[in-house]
Amino acid sequence: MAKLRLLFIKEAQASYISHLDLMRTFQRVFPRAGLALRHSQGFHPHPLISIVLPLPVGQSSECELLDFDVLQETDGAGVAEALNTGLPAGLRVRACYPAARPARELAFLRARLELDYDAGVPAGAADALRALFARGEVLVEKRTKHKELASINVIPLLRETAWTQGENLLTGEIVCRAQDPGLNPALLAQAAERYLPELAPNFARVRRLELYDAEGNVFR
Amino acid sequence: MDKRLERILPRVQKPARYVGGEYNAVMKDKVQVDTRVAFCFPDTYEIGMSNLGMRILYGVMNNMEGVWCERSFHPWGDMEEEMRRAGIPLYALESGDPVGEFDIVAFSVGYEMAFPAILNMLDLAGIPIRASERTALTPLVIAGGTAMYNCEPIADFLDLALEGEGEELLVELLTLFRTAKREGWDKETFLCKAAQLDGVYVPSFYEVDYNDDGTVHAITPTHGAPAKVRKRIMQDMDAAYYPVKTIVPSTEIVQDRITLELFRGCIRGCRFCQAGYVYRPVRNRSKELLVRYAKEAVEDSGYQEMTLSSLSTSDYRPLVDLCDDLEDFCAEKHLNLSLPSLRADNFSMALMERLQKGRKTGLTFAPEAGTQRLRDAINKNLTEDDLLASCRRAFAGGYSAVKLYFMLGLPTETDEDVLGIADVAAHVMHAWRESAANKTRGVRITVSTSWFVPKAHTAFQWEPQIPIEEYERRVALLRERMNTKTVTYNWHPSPTSFMEAVISRGDRRMCRVLETAFRMGAKLDAWEEYFSLERWMEAFAACGLDPHFYANRVREPGEVLPWSHIDVGVDERFLQRERERAYQGVTTPDCRTQCNGCGANRLIGRACDG
Repeated sequence: MAKLRLLFIKEAQASYISHLDLMRTFQRVFPRAGLALRHSQGFHPHPLISIVLPLPVGQSSECELLDFDVLQETDGAGVAEALNTGLPAGLRVRACYPAARPARELAFLRARLELDYDAGVPAGAADALRALFARGEVLVEKRTKHKELASINVIPLLRETAWTQGENLLTGEIVCRAQDPGLNPALLAQAAERYLPELAPNFARVRRLELYDAEGNVFR
Repeated sequence: MDKRLERILPRVQKPARYVGGEYNAVMKDKVQVDTRVAFCFPDTYEIGMSNLGMRILYGVMNNMEGVWCERSFHPWGDMEEEMRRAGIPLYALESGDPVGEFDIVAFSVGYEMAFPAILNMLDLAGIPIRASERTALTPLVIAGGTAMYNCEPIADFLDLALEGEGEELLVELLTLFRTAKREGWDKETFLCKAAQLDGVYVPSFYEVDYNDDGTVHAITPTHGAPAKVRKRIMQDMDAAYYPVKTIVPSTEIVQDRITLELFRGCIRGCRFCQAGYVYRPVRNRSKELLVRYAKEAVEDSGYQEMTLSSLSTSDYRPLVDLCDDLEDFCAEKHLNLSLPSLRADNFSMALMERLQKGRKTGLTFAPEAGTQRLRDAINKNLTEDDLLASCRRAFAGGYSAVKLYFMLGLPTETDEDVLGIADVAAHVMHAWRESAANKTRGVRITVSTSWFVPKAHTAFQWEPQIPIEEYERRVALLRERMNTKTVTYNWHPSPTSFMEAVISRGDRRMCRVLETAFRMGAKLDAWEEYFSLERWMEAFAACGLDPHFYANRVREPGEVLPWSHIDVGVDERFLQRERERAYQGVTTPDCRTQCNGCGANRLIGRACDG
């Protein structure tokens, strides 16, 4: 038996696969690659897999992690290649290795937020956003698990923001808390819209780039 | 991905169903193919992807070199709204290309209530809905599926319909089409040649005249089209393509599992059942082949659930052996087998033990009618003793939930028959008390009744549907009698069943009604969310037609039925005789006990059930 971890890309069409559907998809992917997932004990045995930090639907990522238990003794060698022959478009496994570090040590994530402005990025937009996120409090509304709206301050959850202004694209490189509590980088677009209505983008796109532990080292 | 699409997807429910890219979706280079088929299902992705026929024909067409078959489904309302607002036409999931640019737009149509969705999909694709408005060879709009055994209500919108099973016919049609395209034939030339293929029905080549009372006077073929279009079948199921490599959707669908098709046709001959008549004759797949397909399909897909499918699974002779042969494989792969369509009279203990190895689910039986007299009249050939014996076995084996399906409004039904349903439920309850292995868990008995819809090509095709007031009276009568807490009674208030009765036996004049209803907003009318009886009634009124003429009228023997030029292989005289026997309360034995001479064996030129 082995506890393994997958590092995988989720992008393009696959970014629309929801968390539950992704779990279902992977449950079918492993048997195709000849891996027997360990099942839970009990009345309704289910395969033991978990996605470390679920990605919101519509966002893409280069660094998704999935933990799973297999019945075989393996250190994960060859698993990525085997899985990659049978994945839906937009999913690709980068690596498979023993899950050594507990998921709770994951603390921060780096993401790229792209704001589309079809009529061109307004002049001074990047400066305005720098100023906005330099404030002590920037409130956004977020749906809670109980489907209520809660107001949260994004500033304490942000570690770094860097903005670059292009012709039709305003790009933010963001490092923010990943969990307990985490921040969805898309909420920064909402904040921009709320505080700086003239900077409301036509579309906001998020791509997760990297994961870190509390010390700022890459988390695997 | 199309930027417009990227922007609307985050706003719609379940966007994964609109992007394709699933495992085993077939990608080809469009420069390398000469014929592109948009295979359209006039319902949502979750329904369409659950359809085995669609998966089979997708495989068959994509196995043809030079042909690329892609899929398209009807978007849910939120997506349709967004697409129309953003100016995105209906597109195919594989390439993302607009359906309007394809050579062939092929619909798979299983039920009449999907007809408006066909018009809406054509409209979303920017294709003129009327065949007469499409003068070029492409896009050629074709349709197949069970609903095509009477496609008169959508005849004006189709260039041609395929009658029967498509595995061979579609290949022949595509081959002819490619010649047409290569040699630059015009549409009429192509249709004339296509009409000569067995199983191809070109509606525009048939003139329909009506009598003063609105009934059909005559259906006259033109352009050399055959007087009768005979359905096509696969003669040998072991030679029929089975999609072992099939698309695994990345989002949950309705039938999210492998469907293993054991056989086609049904030996039973229930007089109300359209499938029972139109899928004749019975043709079995060999057990050895099924075991191989099952293993290959599971290994390729990674699915952990498989349905052993057919119209009446427990009538598959080597069923227990098949389950035995799959047993070790199932255990090793954590594979759960499900067996729908079990008959209450031959449901065996051996079978139940197979089922219990997997997850134990409830059992569903369909006695259809509440008294022996009526069950005999509809030729259900099931006795209450059989049903109760099966229930006892199930309860003794630990099952504690039974669902019972019935119909109200079957020909010859009386109040006694209606109340008989409550008696059956009470007897099942009693059987549980007598034989339950574990009474502490209690029992759940669910009785569901639906409103009988007479269908074309059945022994009851001449029968009226009972009016809604009468249906509701019978429901109320039954509900009053269902007074035990352990029995849950479900019934559908469904006006959909009325419209189904209207459309399923409709004639060509109904095309105008369909178009009017579509212009008024009809689309996904198989869904309660979208169905509106008022809209249909308005559309009928606007066209000067009476829906009750189609649903509630007794058709006289000898009347030219709108679908009488479509030959499903079963003689009309046989259907007449079956209807007479229904009124006499005389049963007809199943096809395995004795051949009853329906005529369908002529389609294979040998005895059926081989």
